[in-house]
Amino acid sequence: MQGDKVSVRIFGDKAFKLFIIFLSFVAVLPLFLVLGYIIKNGIASVNWQFLINLPKPVGEAGGGISNALVGTGILMLLSCVFSVPLGILAGIYLSEHRRGKLSYLTRLCVEVLQGVPSIVIGIVAYLWVVLPMRTFSAFSGGVALSIMMLPVVVRTTEETLKLVPNALREASLALGVPYHRTILKVILPAGMSGIVSGILLSLTRIAGETAPLLFTAFGSSFMNLNIFKPMSALPLLIFNYATSPYPEWHSIAWGASFVLVVFVLVLNLITKLVVRKWKTQF
Amino acid sequence: MGIDYKETTDKSLKKISSSELIFRRVLYISAFILVVLVGAVFFSLLVSSFPSLKKLGIRFLFGKTWDPVKGEFGAFSFLVGTLLTSFLALLISLPFSLSISIFLGEYFSRGFFSSFLKSAVEILAGIPSVIYGFWGLFILVPVVRAFEIKLGIMPYGVGIFTASLVLSIMIIPYSATIGREVIQLVPSELKEAAFSLGATKFEVIRKVVLPYARSGILAGILLSLGRALGETMAVTMVIGNANILPDSIFSPSNTMASVIANEFAEATETLHLSSLIEVGLLLFIVTTIVNIIGRQIVKKVSIEV
Repeated sequence: MQGDKVSVRIFGDKAFKLFIIFLSFVAVLPLFLVLGYIIKNGIASVNWQFLINLPKPVGEAGGGISNALVGTGILMLLSCVFSVPLGILAGIYLSEHRRGKLSYLTRLCVEVLQGVPSIVIGIVAYLWVVLPMRTFSAFSGGVALSIMMLPVVVRTTEETLKLVPNALREASLALGVPYHRTILKVILPAGMSGIVSGILLSLTRIAGETAPLLFTAFGSSFMNLNIFKPMSALPLLIFNYATSPYPEWHSIAWGASFVLVVFVLVLNLITKLVVRKWKTQF
Repeated sequence: MGIDYKETTDKSLKKISSSELIFRRVLYISAFILVVLVGAVFFSLLVSSFPSLKKLGIRFLFGKTWDPVKGEFGAFSFLVGTLLTSFLALLISLPFSLSISIFLGEYFSRGFFSSFLKSAVEILAGIPSVIYGFWGLFILVPVVRAFEIKLGIMPYGVGIFTASLVLSIMIIPYSATIGREVIQLVPSELKEAAFSLGATKFEVIRKVVLPYARSGILAGILLSLGRALGETMAVTMVIGNANILPDSIFSPSNTMASVIANEFAEATETLHLSSLIEVGLLLFIVTTIVNIIGRQIVKKVSIEV
């Protein structure tokens, strides 16, 4: 082989590596642009008053987002209540029955559910809850978000429980412990950290969801604790204020975005810490 | 569990066996509820879009005008809008997500750069879509508008191109993560064999790694396509919301998801509402098919290796 051909190939190799490094960093550049703008524009409007005040009408200075914060909290709580018990039980079923018709079908449905666009889930919650109750409500928003949470909870429960060694189960059964107590007192606690991190993971996923809330929780500019009435949420408030024509509202939306991003990132961090600290190791 | 409790007369044992039975039943029912849930989602979408299915039939798919005032509902322009934005976004994001996969899978699989890029991609996936839309609306739209003025076309700023840009940022994490995983699954014997024949790293990647990981990379692309098709908020905020057939990639348009987001809460007439639900049904079917194919490929790849 001639020398210059080899040097061309070596040059091509180096050029390709640089190209890959360059493109990879260009790809994550938008992340820093987005975060940078949110911090730059958001931090100015965030202060204690911003967090505890209610929104004010256009033209009045100093509106806050307390109703949206409370609303997001209530919505997350509601969707946990709806989805966590069912999700964990279905996850246990799947980890106990690896094969079988129902397991296969359920796994398929979990996959389908995970891919359903959030706006479609919003339509379904509207049809199931809003139409019969004749009003937009936090309850229907919770139903929509819980449908979005469900597949993540089921999957992480299944995956974690599959890692629990069979010896633990056999030891428990050999001692004469009945099946259901073996599952609830031995298998489930052994996989607890994985399940908790799955729930946290799904919460980060739904904390910023807007589309399913557009025609379920709908939004409200008042503080509302009744779950059968329309309720505001952080992402809804950001959407409504960002698309409004008023600059004051835009700055509120930047502030709310800042709060939401910080919240999501902190939740992500906590999830990671939970995974690292109580890692299910066998 | 094949113990026959009938022999024993011990009451506590009987109690245990009955609560065990209840527990098993509860587990079974929970799994079953999930199946029922997905079935119910499909059927309630189908039933609620029945008025529009009956009245409009196939015209719904190919009708070009969507005018709630006149009661005309043809979803063709939304289909075009959705397909254009999604595929354009895939096209834009592909070189970047592939680079990240190769970067993490081949060049820097551990170390500072790797963990930096990995967490950056993770955070990118975690940012809510409404925030991407907000950022796109205020930062990206003026940039695109300036670009359009330079090109000498109508400077809308909003439109298919802008929506695709925002979408492409949002879907990078999906294909990049799966791409990395399948690239790391390429057996090192294959790579070492190529290296020992004198191939450079570039040649190994091009001739060995990429062909081997081909189907996995395709699966990643399909899954991010599923995500792009159904993405609502970010697209709604920057696409311009015009119910017209787009004539170029810079023209304002609407996607299936964004038209639902815009009109659903205000739709009062039965036909309008059921047409919007039919759009949702269509979206559900298409994303489900794309996702299932993608996941099947992922499963097959990881079993093979």
